[in-house]
Amino acid sequence: MNILVCVKRVPATGGRIVLTPDGQDIDTRYLGFTVSPHEECAVEEAVRIVEARGGTSTVLTLGPAAAEEQLRDAMAIGIDRAVLLETDGRDWDPVATSRAIVAAIQAQEAATGPFDLVLFGNESADSGGFQVGIRVAAALGRPIVTGVKGLVPGDGRIVARREAPRGGWESFELPLPAVVSVKEGINLPRYPSIPGRLRAKKKEVERSSPVWQSGGLEKIVLRLPKEEITAAEVIGRGPEAAPAIVDLLAGFGVLER
Amino acid sequence: MSAPVLALVVAPGGAPERPSLEALTLARRLAGDLGAPLEAVIVAEPADARSGAASLAGLRLEAAIVIEHDALTLDHPDGWASTIAQVIASRGPAAVVGKGTELGNDLLARVAARLDLPMAANLVSVEPGDRYRLTRQRWAGSLLEDCWLDAPTRLLTVAPNAVPADEPDGSPPPTIETFAPELTAADLAVHVTSREPSERGGVSLADAKVVVGGGRGVGSTEGFADLEELAGLLGGAVGGSRVVTSAGWRPHADQIGQTGLRIAPELYIACGISGAIQHIVGCKAAKHILAINTDPDAPIMSVADYAVIGDLHQVLPAVSAEIRRRTSA
Ligand SMILES: Cc1cc2nc3c(=O)[nH]c(=O)nc-3n(C[C@H](O)[C@H](O)[C@H](O)COP(=O)(O)OP(=O)(O)OC[C@H]3O[C@@H](n4cnc5c(N)ncnc54)[C@H](O)[C@@H]3O)c2cc1C
Ligand SMILES: Nc1ncnc2c1ncn2[C@@H]1O[C@H](COP(=O)(O)O)[C@@H](O)[C@H]1O
Repeated sequence: MNILVCVKRVPATGGRIVLTPDGQDIDTRYLGFTVSPHEECAVEEAVRIVEARGGTSTVLTLGPAAAEEQLRDAMAIGIDRAVLLETDGRDWDPVATSRAIVAAIQAQEAATGPFDLVLFGNESADSGGFQVGIRVAAALGRPIVTGVKGLVPGDGRIVARREAPRGGWESFELPLPAVVSVKEGINLPRYPSIPGRLRAKKKEVERSSPVWQSGGLEKIVLRLPKEEITAAEVIGRGPEAAPAIVDLLAGFGVLER
Repeated sequence: MSAPVLALVVAPGGAPERPSLEALTLARRLAGDLGAPLEAVIVAEPADARSGAASLAGLRLEAAIVIEHDALTLDHPDGWASTIAQVIASRGPAAVVGKGTELGNDLLARVAARLDLPMAANLVSVEPGDRYRLTRQRWAGSLLEDCWLDAPTRLLTVAPNAVPADEPDGSPPPTIETFAPELTAADLAVHVTSREPSERGGVSLADAKVVVGGGRGVGSTEGFADLEELAGLLGGAVGGSRVVTSAGWRPHADQIGQTGLRIAPELYIACGISGAIQHIVGCKAAKHILAINTDPDAPIMSVADYAVIGDLHQVLPAVSAEIRRRTSA
């Protein structure tokens, strides 16, 4: 099976988000970068399927030149090829992003044949538009199921399983080629090995520079929600605090079973 | 008559879901600002659509649109996307407003892709104009974005728990109109082919009144025994941070946060959890938060209501012992 997985470079924010003075971006001077946990699991799923059924796996991202780091991370755990759609780092809205990804897929498929499966994260970690995968699938005329936590590929078809809205699980059987967006929990991603990292360092990254075109959504400014910063009342230290804690539990009415 | 505002109200079993009623509330405000009629499409099984429409009495809708197509069940995402696209073509709404949960975003994104329209997900507010000015959530609500939306029909979803739903006010029920979409085999191709019940017994994390959450500070799979003991005494459930699920100490189903569960218990006890925004976004709806941490300056201290500074492996057993002492006395 030939599989493409799409990932998006995002800052690895920790305890608190700090914005740049102009409110246009998160201040990343002291931050590393990563991808959504959903996409880490999508990368792992692509590697596992190719390990089990043969074929090749490709990882793609649309982002600044520095996003090559996220492509190398993916290749370090076994992804075969990498494609960077290089931008100047500005925000691309979901419509513009999907158009560029569709064009890149069509170019890749013209050269090396169709992708049986294109994997996305359920939503990106930062903008969370819940739509790029759906737009790419629609443009390619392929079926898509979102929020998937289980994939069983077969010959010419795939079964995708997800949590049902009102509890339990529901499965969809799709013909290939198909598109799936996955959620963290579908698998437990492996750590990259040292040889894996070294191999990834030497691998080629295919590059192109898509032209930006507005898709109708345009950022004005980012803001932090008005969370009133409270300071927790310290009610004790160490095990001696147990009586104070149990008084608290009684006060909340959670002691009676 | 100006173009209506169309709300999508998902009503399984004829009972509108709360996030849909929150979306309907934002749609009503938008219709008020535009001086436009407010209409709703009932997204339900064929047998439940009319009762779903009737239950919107007192919410000041001009019309509730009941979809008539016997093959269109809630198991057909593209079937509904095609249907809504056809309703948009026939009624020409200024905006379509749906719930911002997983399936609400999935549905409206399919409509947007089909009609090649932009879509803004997880809004908290909207100001109409020739360009709409929106405020939407990024980072699952840890950050807000003001943005312009420029489109002939504005496709919007509303972030859950961001817009309190209006209560019915006794005004007359909406007139019920029916709409029969034309659906192709392709529209109905993607559908649920099998179902399984949930295999998790015990108090679920979503329903538990008390949740005891463990982070890196727990240290191992076995380390969770202290949390299980306390949760058991309180009839609660055990959850965890992404560190513990990534380490394989707990299954991912226990993960609280941006890419895990959103919980709203009476009390959340966060043990050995630093309080990263991606974790906090999953538990900040708890009525009370108690943090147990060795570090008095951990970020969670600016989120929790109460804190105990100390080693969770000493504090938790002492708490369980104190509960046993008091309940047996
Ligand atoms: C896009 C994205 C999505 C994410 N989604 C999630 C998510 O859904 N859920 C989630 O939880 N995280 C998520 N994360 C990860 C998140 O950013 C943090 O890395 C994670 O929550 C930290 O987990 P932790 O608090 O257990 O570990 P740490 O941050 O390492 O904190 C451990 C804490 O334990 C305290 N401690 C240590 N030993 C003890 C002891 N013996 N007794 C008491 N206290 C002790 C330490 O002082 C420290 O405060 C996500 C990250 C990204 C980038
Ligand atoms: N710039 C990007 N480059 C590659 N893939 C992306 C990009 N943005 C979004 N995606 C993919 O689309 C999914 C959903 O993104 P979104 O619609 O922003 O929630 C993400 O989880 C990624 O898999």
